[in-house]
Amino acid sequence: MRGISLELQPGKFYVLRGENGAGKSTLLRMIAGLNEPTEGNILIFGIENKQALEHLGYMAHAPLLYDELSGLENLRFFAELYGSFPDQALIQAMERVGLDPQLDRRIGQYSQGMRQRLSLARAIFHSPRLLLLDEPFSNVDPESALAIAKLLASMRDEGKTIILVTHQVGLLSSLADEYILLSRGQLADRGKMTAQQART
Amino acid sequence: MSLSITRLTVVNVRKDLRLEWRSRDVFNSMLFFALLVVVVFSYAFDTGDSRPVMGGLIWIAFLFSTNMALNQSWARELRNGVLDAYRVSPAPAESLFLGKVLGNYLLVLLLECVMAPLFVVFYNLKSGGPLWQLAVVFLLGTWALVVNGTFFAAMSIRTKNRELMLPILLLPISLPAVYSMVEATSIVLNGDSSPWPYVKFLAGFCVIYTTACFLLFEIVLNAE
Repeated sequence: MRGISLELQPGKFYVLRGENGAGKSTLLRMIAGLNEPTEGNILIFGIENKQALEHLGYMAHAPLLYDELSGLENLRFFAELYGSFPDQALIQAMERVGLDPQLDRRIGQYSQGMRQRLSLARAIFHSPRLLLLDEPFSNVDPESALAIAKLLASMRDEGKTIILVTHQVGLLSSLADEYILLSRGQLADRGKMTAQQART
Repeated sequence: MSLSITRLTVVNVRKDLRLEWRSRDVFNSMLFFALLVVVVFSYAFDTGDSRPVMGGLIWIAFLFSTNMALNQSWARELRNGVLDAYRVSPAPAESLFLGKVLGNYLLVLLLECVMAPLFVVFYNLKSGGPLWQLAVVFLLGTWALVVNGTFFAAMSIRTKNRELMLPILLLPISLPAVYSMVEATSIVLNGDSSPWPYVKFLAGFCVIYTTACFLLFEIVLNAE
C-alpha cells in the first residue's frame, strides 16, 4: 500500500473495489491491526486501531473458526474473548445470518456457504461499531447472498460503519453509500455509489 | 467488561483440551513416537541394568514427543486462520500463550503417566531414590520443555520449514535444562547422591524462561 489517506464517516457503508492484487484485503487487514503500515497510523473512531478492537468486527476470506467445534461452541469461545456474552446474543447472531443455532454438527462438516455465514455471525455477535468484511458473498448461494445484503443494510440502519470488499457489487447498488477504488496499492478513485457504478 | 488474563487463560486451556479430546491428533502422535522410542531402545540396549542410561533415554522420548505436539498445537490455530480472529479481539496475547502452555503441559504430563509403566516393564526399571523426587524433576523438566517449546513453536509456525525450525531453535536453548533433567533423573534412579542442585537449577530456568517468554509473546504473535 502506498500513500493511502482516507477519512471515513461513521454510520456509512463503503465498498472497496479494485482488481485482484490491488490491496483491498491488505487494507482491511491494516485497519484491523493484522498488518502494520510501515508509515502512518490508523485511527478508528479517533482511537489507535489496536486500542479499538472491541468496536471492530472482522470477517476474512478464511472462516476464522475451529473445525472441531459446533457453530454455537465457536461463538461461545470467541464471545469469551470479548468479555463473555449471554447465549441469547450468540443465538440471535446465528439466526440473523440464517443458521440454526441448534445444529449440533461440528463446523468441519458445514458447507462452504454455512461456514461463511457463521464467520459473519462471529464478526457481528458483539455488535461492533465498525464491520470489516472481506468477500462475504463468496461461496454463498444467490438467496443467501441477498439475505446477507439485507442484514448488512439493517446493520447500516442501526448506525454501524461497514467497509466491505466484494466483486459482486451489483448486490450492493442500493445499499452502499460510497465506493473506494484501489489500484496497485494506491487510492485510484472514490465517490458515491450509483447504480451505474455498481454495473461497472 | 473485564478481560482478565487468568479467566481467558482458563478459557483457552478448556478450548485446547476440548479440541484435543475431539481430534486426538496431538496426543496420538506423541504417544506413538514415545512408544517407538521405548520399543526401539529396549532392543538397542542391554536391559539388565538400564539405570545408568535411563535418565537420558526417558528425556529423549519426551523431548522429541513434545516437539511434535507443540508444532501441531499451533498448526491448529493457523488452520482456517483462527489466529487472526484472536488477534482482532481485545483478548490479551499473554492469555493465549499461557493457555497453550498449560494445555500442552497437561497433555505431556498425561503422556508421561501413560509411558511410566511401559518404561518399568521394558527396562525392568526400579528407582533407587524416592519417587516423589522423580515427580518433582518431571514436573519442572516438563514445564521447562513446554514453556520454551510453546514459545519457539509460535515463533516458527509461520515459517516454511516449521517442523525443522522448532528443534533448531528449541534444542540449543533447552540444553542446560535437558542436562539438569537427565542428571537429576539419573541421580534419583540410581539413588546415589542428591538431585537438589539440578532441581534448583531447573526451577531457576523455569522462572527465567517463563517470564521472558510471557513478556515477549505479544511481539511473536504479531510478527508478520
